[in-house]
Amino acid sequence: MARRRGLWNLVVYVVLVAGAVFFLTPFVWMISTSLKTDGQVFAIPPEWVPAPVMWSNYRRLMSEIPFLRYLANTVFVTVTSVAFYVASSAVVAYGFSRIRWPGREALFYCLLATMVLPPQVTLIPQFVMFQKLGWVGTFLPLIVPALTGSAFAVFLLRQFYSAIPNDISDSARIDGASEWQIFARIILPLAKPALATASLFIFIWTWTDFLNPLIYLTDDRLYTLAIGLQQLASTRAAAWPLLMAGSLLMSVPIILLFFFAQKTFIAGVSTAAVKG
Amino acid sequence: MTRRQRRDLWLGLAFVSPWLVGFLIFTVYPVLASLYFSFTDYNVVSAPRWIGMRNYTDLINDPLFGKTLYNTVYLAAIGIPFSLGLSLVIALLLNNKVRFQGLFRTVYFLPSVVPAVAAALLWRWFLNPDYGPVNEFLWQLGVNGPGWLADPGWSKPALILASLWGVGGSMVIYLAGLQNVPVALYEAADLDGASRWQRFRFVTLPMLSPVILFNLIMGIITSFQAFTNIYIMTGGGPSNSTLVYALYLYQNAFQFFRMGYASAMAWVLLAITAVALVGVFRTSGWVYYEARS
Repeated sequence: MARRRGLWNLVVYVVLVAGAVFFLTPFVWMISTSLKTDGQVFAIPPEWVPAPVMWSNYRRLMSEIPFLRYLANTVFVTVTSVAFYVASSAVVAYGFSRIRWPGREALFYCLLATMVLPPQVTLIPQFVMFQKLGWVGTFLPLIVPALTGSAFAVFLLRQFYSAIPNDISDSARIDGASEWQIFARIILPLAKPALATASLFIFIWTWTDFLNPLIYLTDDRLYTLAIGLQQLASTRAAAWPLLMAGSLLMSVPIILLFFFAQKTFIAGVSTAAVKG
Repeated sequence: MTRRQRRDLWLGLAFVSPWLVGFLIFTVYPVLASLYFSFTDYNVVSAPRWIGMRNYTDLINDPLFGKTLYNTVYLAAIGIPFSLGLSLVIALLLNNKVRFQGLFRTVYFLPSVVPAVAAALLWRWFLNPDYGPVNEFLWQLGVNGPGWLADPGWSKPALILASLWGVGGSMVIYLAGLQNVPVALYEAADLDGASRWQRFRFVTLPMLSPVILFNLIMGIITSFQAFTNIYIMTGGGPSNSTLVYALYLYQNAFQFFRMGYASAMAWVLLAITAVALVGVFRTSGWVYYEARS
């Protein structure tokens, strides 16, 4: 029995290591390419070790495209969106959980339905609407809708608020606290872990978003990294060291964020998928 | 209604009002407007002109529409089982008490948070038939590698291969589900002398089935909306072999400015999604729900 368990464990390790190689190799290839010369990229057979190591590719990337400007744009859109989405969702989730009123459940089902609605169904009229407002070519179409909350964040926060005992609110009411005070002074501070999870997910979605910036950011001074990189790829299709350097730089913040917030992340996934 | 109830109604509405306003402006109105646009000829510049069912009959006669449907269903029908199966296998392996569990979990999960643009560029280069390491590896094995994204016969399998790199997302969901399986069930199975396979078949699988259903639904929804990775990896080519539904819809709307036609496509997409989801729920007898306390 013990020997069989040992054999089984060995098989598990071999499979896990082989899989890990499949998952890591593309990263290694990305880093390696970003440090190669323009000539070494097209070596046959492909070479894994950059020789010489071209750190200057990263400087070249900065001069080839206004990388820092795109980075600043991305940071601005992402941080604003996260702040708007999380603030509004925190308020909305309170109305969907801590106060009882007729019609609440029906409206909550509407909110859930928006999560499975294909975005293509609303895309075109939204574009026409923003066009008529003169907002196409500005950041406004990307950040203003965030003020109305994210269905996912509302769902997540509502789950969290609902688990807070009602006695806390009731005793505050007896002390004469208004509903807003209960929300802002009692419930919100308790909900910090859920707010962190929601912020994390929205950060990743906005940072990586491609379709919305593609449609709305027509002015190249407003490009986000996603669009700037795609633009570079379509004008300099063979500039693989630069493209890989850009891809890597765009991924680094997300990867760091994941390392620092792994627990928050896993907690969010399990609330959304398993307990929902 | 008592005063208290009326007060709570107004309070509740006040708290949800940011969402309610957004729901009306950014969802309800656009859904109705796109239904209206789908019966019109509309190029944004001039006012929409009513043409009845023309967009829908044109869709049926549009060979590219059929082609995009075929491509999308192909990618979903092959891609979803592969990604659900692979992520389940990885999750099951990682759920064993293995050393470096955290490290493995990170390695498998990380690719799924890489921005789609970056991942798409990376895979375009990784699968390069002449200069990429995949074909070099195949060549070492004595196999002459295919043209991958450049070959109409291989472009769809190439997209599926690239998408499997991102299965970490569903893997984490499976892991969360596995963590929720009560240990007592496994202990009972052990007492009954269950084999490893029987433990999996009669304990793990039923307890995990709601999570499998969740991943299946998410898989269907996302594969019908696949856009960014394909836009960047192939742009729909070669010979339209990877022209998927959302990409063709985007082209009609924002490159050809056929907003009416694109709106009709959006409504067909909505109908397809609804039918697929109802179909999945109707046939979800295999899902085991434990009695909720």
